[in-house]
Amino acid sequence: MNDQTVSLILDSLGPLLRATVTSTIPLTLISFVLGLVLALGVALMRLSSVRVVSSLARLYISVIRGTPLLLQLFIIFYGLPSMGVRFDPFPAAVLAFTLNVGGYAAEVIRSAILSVPKGQWEAASTVGMGYVTTLRRVVLPQAARTAIPPLSNTLISLVKDTSLASTIQVTELLRVAQEAAAPTFQFFALYGVAAVYYWVVCLVLSFGQSRLEERQNRYVAA
Amino acid sequence: MTDPTRTPAAQSGPLVSVSGLAKSFGDHEVLRSIDFDVAPGSVTVLIGPSGSGKTTVLRSLNALDVADAGVVRIGDVEVDFAQRPVTKRQVATLRAQSGMVFQAHHLFPHLTVLANVTAGPVLAQRRDRAAVEAEARELLRLVGLEEKADAYPFQLSGGQQQRVGIARALAVRPKLMLFDEPTSALDPELVGEVLLVINDLAAQGWTMVVVTHEIRFAQQVADQVLFMDGGVIVERGTPDEVLTRPRTDRARQFLHRILDPLD
Repeated sequence: MNDQTVSLILDSLGPLLRATVTSTIPLTLISFVLGLVLALGVALMRLSSVRVVSSLARLYISVIRGTPLLLQLFIIFYGLPSMGVRFDPFPAAVLAFTLNVGGYAAEVIRSAILSVPKGQWEAASTVGMGYVTTLRRVVLPQAARTAIPPLSNTLISLVKDTSLASTIQVTELLRVAQEAAAPTFQFFALYGVAAVYYWVVCLVLSFGQSRLEERQNRYVAA
Repeated sequence: MTDPTRTPAAQSGPLVSVSGLAKSFGDHEVLRSIDFDVAPGSVTVLIGPSGSGKTTVLRSLNALDVADAGVVRIGDVEVDFAQRPVTKRQVATLRAQSGMVFQAHHLFPHLTVLANVTAGPVLAQRRDRAAVEAEARELLRLVGLEEKADAYPFQLSGGQQQRVGIARALAVRPKLMLFDEPTSALDPELVGEVLLVINDLAAQGWTMVVVTHEIRFAQQVADQVLFMDGGVIVERGTPDEVLTRPRTDRARQFLHRILDPLD
């Protein structure tokens, strides 16, 4: 590695870090939080005894899981303007990732809710709790234990999937690395730095997952 | 679609009246025309072979199982199950009249013992937390578990878990306590501590309906014993009448099988 490469790497550390902190991480977190809210709604719809409602949820999940994420991004950013709906790059990316997380996480949340024994619903009901209270205070806290590992997978995948937003002009980590590399042809060095940044973000999230799992295990026998 | 009918004036008659209760699961008739009353402050014990419908009767009293027909009245709340649809509101109102203790306790595993007991009064009945906690500790003392308030359910023995279940059911201040085979899932040496608590409640004048296989316990605490088989009440009366001098062969055989299984 020559001096020129070393100095290029050192010079890129700052801008790439800035792209990570101001774009990649916010894009991930905003999309994930909104996606989870959406996913909970879709999961509850999917569990509904009203056929139309559960069919709608099923259709949504099927479309999201059955089409490429890159294509979903393109449809929202390049396709919708022809129908008169225009988004800036960042909001377009948030929308696409939210819808995507909503589809995948809905199935995780649904199965986690189903993993809570029926007796818990019955017991909550006999002490006077209605559907919403039971869900909030009894079922979801227990479902969380089951859902945390697969939802962590979804989150970690999402961190890396946000690199797809580089294709719709979001100046996130990968795009900044591309832009820095293009004039110098130092692709290996700059993509290497980007890879390390993605990895570090995912390491932090994995650590967070372990902590959360330990916390959830406080009420079960070792 | 009507609200649960509220008849004025507290009745001096039975606290619970069940008439014409019927239910089928598919082709299988689990209950056929069940009638019985429960006097205030009395203990009714339901016995019978498994599959006889006794648990379904109990679960009809709080509509965990919704009967196909029949009327259940607890205090001034009456639900006619033949009238369709039975609304969520009707179910909730009926269910609020009783406390339920389950065979498998169904404690909330993510909550401490104290939070299990206060869950109903605080989260559902919206009563004042401090007052509820004081009352909950009193209930835990009643079932002998005041020092376990901060433990999680998994840290307790089966008998202790069941006693917490009893305290949790009492905490919502029900008119009536329902017990669904409260000792059937317990190791034999833990059965006694749970029956003692139920016995205490009987002595305090709680109205209770208990499904159990503990014949000696029934003998001691029951005011009324109902022997069920094949979805009907085959015999009813005092413990002495039903358990000591049963009139029907079915009851005699059942008691014989339970009391002398090797014979």
